[in-house]
Amino acid sequence: MPAPLLELRDIAKHFAGVKALDGVSLAIQPGEIHCLAGENGSGKSTLIKVVSGVNSVDSGEILIDGEPVGHMTPRLAIARGVQVIYQDFSLFGNLTVAENLSIGAELRERRRIVSWRRMRAHAESAVRRLGVQLDLDATVDSLPTSGRQLVAIARALMADPRLLIMDEPTTALTGREVATLFGVVRDIQARGIAVLFVSHKMREMLDISERLTVLRSGRVVAAGPIGQFDEPAITRAMTGSDIAEDPYVWSGDDAAPNLLEVEGLTVPGELDAVSFSIRPGEIVGVSGLLGSGRTELALALFGMRPTYAGTIRMDGAPVRLDSVQAAIARRIAYVPEDRLTEGLFLPETIDRNIIVTALPRLSRFGVMRMRDAAAAAARTIRDMAIATPTGDRPVTQLSGGNQQRVVIGRWLLQDPRLLILNGPTVGVDVGSKAGIHRAIRALARARGLGVLMISDDLPELVGQCSRVLVMHRGRLTAELPGVPAEHGAAGLRATERALSDRLKALV
Amino acid sequence: MSATLNAPPVRSGIARTLLRRPEIAVASLALVSMLAIGAINPAFWSAGNLFSLLRANVIIGILSLGVMMIMLSGGIDVSFPAFAIAAMYVTIKTMIAWNYDGVVLPFIGATAIGLLLGLVNALFVTRLKMIPLIVTLGTGTAVRGFLLGVIGVSTINIDHMPQALIGFARTDLIDVTQANGQHVGLSAMVLVYLVLALGVHLMLRHTLIGRSIYALGGGEEAARRAGFSVPGTVFFIYGLAGALAGFTGLLHGSMIWIANPHDMAGLELDVIAAVVLGGASIFGGRGSVLGTMLGVFTLVMLTNSLIIMHIDTTWQRIVTGAIVIVAAAITSWRDRGRSA
Amino acid sequence: MSDVTKRPRMWRLGRLGRIDPALLQMAGLTLLVFVVMAALNPEKFLRPYVFESITYVAPELGLLSIAMMLAMLTGGIDLSVIGIANLAGILAGLYFHAHGGSSGPGLTRMAPGPVAVGIVIALSTGLVAGAINGVLIARVRLTPILATIGSGQIFTGIALVLTGGPAIVGYPRLWGAIGNDSLWGVAIPLLVLLAAAALIGLMLTRTSFGIALKLIGTNLRAARFAGLRTARTIFLSYVLSGLLASMAGILLSARTNAAKSDYGVSYLLEAVLIAVLGGTNPAGGRGSVPGIVLALAALMLLSSGLQLLRFSNFLVDFVWGAFLLLSIALNALRNRTR
Repeated sequence: MPAPLLELRDIAKHFAGVKALDGVSLAIQPGEIHCLAGENGSGKSTLIKVVSGVNSVDSGEILIDGEPVGHMTPRLAIARGVQVIYQDFSLFGNLTVAENLSIGAELRERRRIVSWRRMRAHAESAVRRLGVQLDLDATVDSLPTSGRQLVAIARALMADPRLLIMDEPTTALTGREVATLFGVVRDIQARGIAVLFVSHKMREMLDISERLTVLRSGRVVAAGPIGQFDEPAITRAMTGSDIAEDPYVWSGDDAAPNLLEVEGLTVPGELDAVSFSIRPGEIVGVSGLLGSGRTELALALFGMRPTYAGTIRMDGAPVRLDSVQAAIARRIAYVPEDRLTEGLFLPETIDRNIIVTALPRLSRFGVMRMRDAAAAAARTIRDMAIATPTGDRPVTQLSGGNQQRVVIGRWLLQDPRLLILNGPTVGVDVGSKAGIHRAIRALARARGLGVLMISDDLPELVGQCSRVLVMHRGRLTAELPGVPAEHGAAGLRATERALSDRLKALV
Repeated sequence: MSATLNAPPVRSGIARTLLRRPEIAVASLALVSMLAIGAINPAFWSAGNLFSLLRANVIIGILSLGVMMIMLSGGIDVSFPAFAIAAMYVTIKTMIAWNYDGVVLPFIGATAIGLLLGLVNALFVTRLKMIPLIVTLGTGTAVRGFLLGVIGVSTINIDHMPQALIGFARTDLIDVTQANGQHVGLSAMVLVYLVLALGVHLMLRHTLIGRSIYALGGGEEAARRAGFSVPGTVFFIYGLAGALAGFTGLLHGSMIWIANPHDMAGLELDVIAAVVLGGASIFGGRGSVLGTMLGVFTLVMLTNSLIIMHIDTTWQRIVTGAIVIVAAAITSWRDRGRSA
Repeated sequence: MSDVTKRPRMWRLGRLGRIDPALLQMAGLTLLVFVVMAALNPEKFLRPYVFESITYVAPELGLLSIAMMLAMLTGGIDLSVIGIANLAGILAGLYFHAHGGSSGPGLTRMAPGPVAVGIVIALSTGLVAGAINGVLIARVRLTPILATIGSGQIFTGIALVLTGGPAIVGYPRLWGAIGNDSLWGVAIPLLVLLAAAALIGLMLTRTSFGIALKLIGTNLRAARFAGLRTARTIFLSYVLSGLLASMAGILLSARTNAAKSDYGVSYLLEAVLIAVLGGTNPAGGRGSVPGIVLALAALMLLSSGLQLLRFSNFLVDFVWGAFLLLSIALNALRNRTR
C-alpha cells in the first residue's frame, strides 16, 4: 500500500488551556473521499486549520506522501497541494465570476497590471476543467448558493490541488443542489484528487464518502470504511449519547381540542401547503434534509413570514401570525437554530439574556420593576437548572448546554403554549443534553405545552417526540407514529432506522 | 440561518439595467435636469454658463475621486477638506516666505503633505482598527485646528499670491466669443481633472492594487484569504486620497487666487453627496470613476443652477441633503435586492 | 468590531453593586486634567469664575453628547444634531420676532406664556426632526451616516432659507434666563443637563426601552428572535436624540441671545469625542450617561485650562482632535494587551 497523501499522527493542540485536539490521528489516501464528522466544538475547525497551516500544532506530526513536513504554514500547505473551501466560500460578491476565478493567479504571479483577456482565458479554463456551466460575466452576488460553491471549487482546482478540504459543503444547499455537488466531487475524485468533507450534518455524506472519521471533544471516537457505519451509529459516535430507553409517550386526552392546527400553510418558494396539528402536551418532531423547509416552517409560525397563505388556528380560533409580536401574543415561542448569532446577547449578563422576552411584563409604565426582574431571572435559572452561582455573570462564561437553557428558559417567562425548538441540543455535551430533554418533557407533561422539535439528530427525534413529521421540498411527505412505551429501546431503534431509510430515499 | 429559497424580486429589464449600471441612471438624471433647467432659462446653454459649470466640477471632482476609492474599500473620509486646505496654505506660506515662484515644485509639495496626512488616517484605520468616520473626524479637526492655531488665520489675497500659480490656473483651453461680445474661456484645469480621473480609472480597472481595492470592499476576510495585503491596500487608498486632497487644495487656491485657511469647511458633505449620487455604495465594493464624475456633474449643475432658475441660493443645502438621502435610499434598495 | 473586545458588564440587576472599570478610569482622567491645569496655572485656574462659566457653557455640549451616545448605542450615529439644535433655536426666535417684534420691549419683556410656546416650538422641532431621522433609518433602512448627513444638510438648509443667512438676534429676557441665570446658586443650563442626564441614565438602566435599546445594539438578530420591537426602538432612539439636540439649541440660543444656521459646527466632533471617550462603543451595545458626564467634565476643564494658558480656540480644537485620536490609540492598545 502506498504512503497516504496526508497523515496526521497524534496531533494535539491547546487554546488557553482547552484541549481542541487531543491525540488525533488520521490518514487520507490519494483520490479518496473522506468524511470528517463531529458536532460543533468537536475540534473539526481546528483540524482544518492545522492541515492548512493556519494553526501550528503543540505536538504530533503531519506527513505528506509519507514524509514529515515539520512546521506547516499556509504557503507550504498550498504548495503541497492542500486547498480549503471555507463554509462562506470567501468569494468577492461584488466582482464577476471571471475575476473571482482568476484574481488569485494574478496575485500569485505578482502581476502589477492585470490583463482582462488573460484573466478571462484563465477563468474559461477553470470552468472547463470543472466541466460546469457558469456565466463568467455575472457578479457572484447574483448567483445562488450552489453557483457560488461551484465558483469556489473551480477556483480551488486552479491551484492544482491534491487534497480539497470542504468545510460544511452542504449546509446551504437544497437536496437537488447537493446531488449536483456530489456529481462534481466524483468527477474531481476521478482525477485523483482527494476530498475531505468536514461536517456536523453527515447524512448527506454517507452516500459519497469512502472513509469516515468521527471527532468528539478533540478525540477520534470512530474511524473506518463507510460500510462499517449506519446513520444511527454515526450519530451515537458524534453525540456520545445512546438512544433514550424510555420514549416520550403522549398521554393526553384524544378528544381534547388541538392546540395548533395548520392548514395549507404556503410561502412561495419555501413552504407548499403544509398541514398538521399539535395537541397540548405533544412533542412533534420535524425531520428533513437541508433546505426542506423545516426552518421556514418554524419562522412562519413565529411570525417571520408575514405574507404566508393558509390558515393557522390556535385552540380552534384562527390567528394571523404576521409579526413576531403577534406570535408572542399567541404565546408561541421559538428557540432559533444558531445560538450564538440568533439567540444570545454575548457580552451581556445571564439575567439580561433571560428577561429580554419579558421586558414589557416586568415593567410598569415602561419602568423596570428591578426586583421582579431579578426574581424572574433567578427563578428561570433555578427552573432550568442553569449552572451559575449568580445571574450577573456574562453569558459567555456558560457552557453550550447552559447557554441553550438560557435561550429556552427565557421563553418560560412568557408562559408559552407552543414551543418551537430548532436544533435544541446542537453543540451540547451529552450530560447536558439529557438534562435539556428532561426539561422539555417536563414542560410538555406538566404545563401541557405543545412542542415542535426540528432536529438533525434522529435518536433525539425518535426518543423525545410523540411522532415525527418528514419534510421535503417545502411539503410534509410522511408522518411516523411514536413508539409505544412497551416496545422500549428495540422499538425506538426500529423507528429510527425507518426514519433514516426514509430520509435517505429523499436525497 | 438555513437556506432560504426566496424568489428573486421581479423587476423589469429596464430597472435591472439601471441597477446594474448606475452610471446610466445618473446620466439620465443629468440629461433630464439639463433639459429642464434649459427650458426654464435658456441662458443655461450659453457657453459662459457651461464653461463655468465645468470649471466648478474640477475641485469637487478630484476630491470625489479620493472619497470614491475610500468608499470602494468600505470606509469613509471626512478629513480631506482640512488636509486640502492645510496643504495649500502651508505650501503658499512657504512659497511666500522663500520668495519662490513656480508651479511644479509647489504642487509636489502640497501633494506630499496630503499624502503624509492620508497615511496617518490609514495608520489609525488599519493598526488601531477604529471606524474610519471617527478617525477622519478626529484627524480632520486636529489638522484644521493646528493650521489655524499654529500656522495662521489670515487670508492671503491676490496681491501676495504667487503669480506663477495664478497664471497656471488661468490657462484656458478654448476661447469663445459669445453673442454679447463677451470672451469666455474653458479653464485648462478641467483637463487636469480629466487626466487625474482617467489615471484613477486605469488604476482601479487595470492594476492589481486597483482590483485589490474592489476585493477589499467585497470582503476583508476573503481578501486576506486570497492573499491580498489588506493593510497595504488601506495605506495605498488613504495615502492616494490624501495626496489627491493636497494637490486639489493648492489647485483650488490657485483657481480662486486666494489662500484662505478657513476655506472648504463643510465641503465633505457635497463631495460625499456627489459620490453617493454616482452610485458608490457606502458598504464598499461598488462604484466607478465614470459614475462618480457623473454624480459630481449632476450635483454641481443642480446646485449652481439655482440662480438661473431664479431660486435663492440658500436652497443649495436642502438640495444637497435631499440628493444624499434619495441616492442613499436607491443604493441601499439596490444592495438589499442583490443580497436577498 | 468583535464582541470579544467588549468588556463584561459589571452592573448587577437591581442594585449598583460594582462599577464599570472604564468609568473609574474616566474619573481618574478628569481628576488628572484638573490637577495638571491647576498646577500649570493655579492663580487663574483655581478661581470660581472658571468653574462657574463651565457650568453655563458645557451643558449644550453635554446634551449633544448624550444624543450622540443614544444613536451610537444601536451602532448608528447622528450627524444632524447640530442642524437640529440650530433649527430649533431659529424657529423659536422667528416665533418670538413675529409675536413681539424684532426688538424693543415687546420682545424682551415677553410674557411667560409666549415664551413657553417658543419652548414647545423648539422641542417639537427636535421631535419632528428626530422622527424624520428615525423613519429614514428604521423604516427606509438607510445607513445612519448617510441619512443623518443628508437630513442635517436639510435642517441646516431650512434654517438658512428661513433666515436668509444672518443670525437671528434678540430673544425674550425670560428665554435668556434659561441660558444665563441661576437657581439656588446653580446655573440653569447645568440643572437642565443634570435633569436630562439623570432621566436618560435611568432610562438606559431602569426602563424596558433602555434595556431593549442596548440589547438591540448588542445583537440585532437575536433581538428580533427574542421578540423585541427593533424598528420601533431604533426609531424612538433617534426621536430622543433629536429632542436632546433641540434642548441644546434652546440653551445655545438662550445663552448667546442669538441663533444662526451655522453655529456650533465644532460641537459635532466634540460630541462624538465625548461619547467615545465616555465609554460608548460606536459599533453599538455599550454606553452610559455617567461616562459621558465625566468625559464632558474632563474635556471642559481641559479646554478652559488651555484657554487660560492663552491657547487660541483653534488650538483647543486641535487638542480635542488629538485627544480623540489618542483615546482611540489607548483603547486599541488596552484591548491588545488584554
